Amino acid sequence: MFDWDTVGKFIVSPFFLQAAWTTLWLSVVAQLAGVILGLFLALMRMSRLKLLSFPVQVYVWFFRGSPLLIQVLLLWDGLPKLVPGLLFSQIACILIAFSLNEAAYMSEIIRAGIGSVDPGQMEAARALGMRYWLAMRRIILPQAARVIIPPLGNEFNNMLKTTSIASVIGLEELTGTAEILGAPTFSTFELLIVATLYYLLLTTLWDYFQRWIERRLDPEYASKRGRPGRWQGQKSWAQRVLGFGNPPVEPGKLIAGGHGGAR
Amino acid sequence: MTQLQGDNWFREGDQAQPPFTSASGTGEAPEMVRIEEVVKRFGDLLVLKNINMTVKRGQVVVIIGPSGSGKTTLLRCINHLEKIDGGRIYVDGQLVGYRLIKGRLVKAKEAEIAKMRSQIGFVFQRFNLFAHMTALENIIEAPIHVLGMSRDEAVAQAMELLRKVGLEDKAHAYPHKLSGGQQQRVAIARALAMRPKLMLFDEATSALDPELVGEVLKVMRQLAEEGMTMIVVTHEMGFARDVADHVIFMDHGTIVEEGPPEQIFDDPQNERTRNFLGLIAAD
Repeated sequence: MFDWDTVGKFIVSPFFLQAAWTTLWLSVVAQLAGVILGLFLALMRMSRLKLLSFPVQVYVWFFRGSPLLIQVLLLWDGLPKLVPGLLFSQIACILIAFSLNEAAYMSEIIRAGIGSVDPGQMEAARALGMRYWLAMRRIILPQAARVIIPPLGNEFNNMLKTTSIASVIGLEELTGTAEILGAPTFSTFELLIVATLYYLLLTTLWDYFQRWIERRLDPEYASKRGRPGRWQGQKSWAQRVLGFGNPPVEPGKLIAGGHGGAR
Repeated sequence: MTQLQGDNWFREGDQAQPPFTSASGTGEAPEMVRIEEVVKRFGDLLVLKNINMTVKRGQVVVIIGPSGSGKTTLLRCINHLEKIDGGRIYVDGQLVGYRLIKGRLVKAKEAEIAKMRSQIGFVFQRFNLFAHMTALENIIEAPIHVLGMSRDEAVAQAMELLRKVGLEDKAHAYPHKLSGGQQQRVAIARALAMRPKLMLFDEATSALDPELVGEVLKVMRQLAEEGMTMIVVTHEMGFARDVADHVIFMDHGTIVEEGPPEQIFDDPQNERTRNFLGLIAAD
């Protein structure tokens, strides 16, 4: 019979608080690593040099085309067989697999974000004597961020739940804790409910946080507060992502390429 | 002159004077831009066919011609936004985009190209103001991050430039809140903030509503009067006639005719020039 008392007993237990913390920090670290690595992959992918762009294509093809669970198992079981003595800890194994996997997705998101910035912005920066990295950092990425951040929010929401895969190699995050504590007492079902409640709590908190950031960057919200927003007069992220609103970048120019006009 | 390095500075078999000495020592202004036999291709399309021209310090050269004649491409080659496929371009005595090492052309390093560009102002047809920055932020960005100017100095200079282009009240406006003419004037101020020795204008008024053209031309005119060296690609024939020291007519990737504005506009020698100016007049 389903036992509510078990749910109540475990929901405030140190086991699950610890497990929730593990889930949270695993997600944050893997996501951060994924964003940073993804940025470099995106820039390589956008290079005109085949030597840089092709390996990234293969990378993305592999990590998006195969299950994360298998990637984890390959690293956990397979690698020590290939390279005797090379054995990562559970945590390291999960962080590496998740970061590499996430980087593949982030690289595509970041590439789309950079691609949405009018090429004229880069030309203007270069014409002023800015070097590539300076122009990227000061001119291109801040504008690309508007397009990158909403899907990044979705990615993190996914990441919070995907960390459950870590349980297959015995890591005690939320799902793993539920299974490990539940098995001997035949209360796995109750403890999975507890884990689910924690997942819902984390994703809901993230959802609120994401909306808070959105409001902060929404110019109408800022002007109501009497502060000029950084993106004054522009629509919210959601509006922009869904394709209405009036962003300063004209879509036609994205396709036109670097040198429009008369030659 | 002092910029000359090594013995192979000019091409083998070149009997001409090194270009940066004044031709006969008569005290003529030194050359700011020298373009030698420049060729540019886009795929199979030959856009520039053996272009030669010089621009002296303080001179205003206006390039006119039909769309597709190569005039914008030529301008973009001067600050290496386009790579040339043949010939050489010198700005203030320095090769653009390349270095000459033991008589061979070697691609310049990114830092060298960036440094050279920082000394050449470029004004785009579509303004290209940084969309996430106010007018003021647009103007101080490169002086601070490229020239290493202090923020205070950059802001003071920017406010002065905004006054010059008549937009000091728009310092904190974002580009999309400005009219096209205002955006272009901020773009000119942004270029001037680098204290360039040469300004390139690529159809700076072509994207503007007719009533906004005048305010931009006024700024350009003022700049010319102050002695700025300028190369201007434009369809504004009135501006060309009044402001240019030298007019170049281009068609199909070649310079068809060039000379003082009176000659080009009142007594064009070439059939194609006459046709082009006739079409403009009939407009």
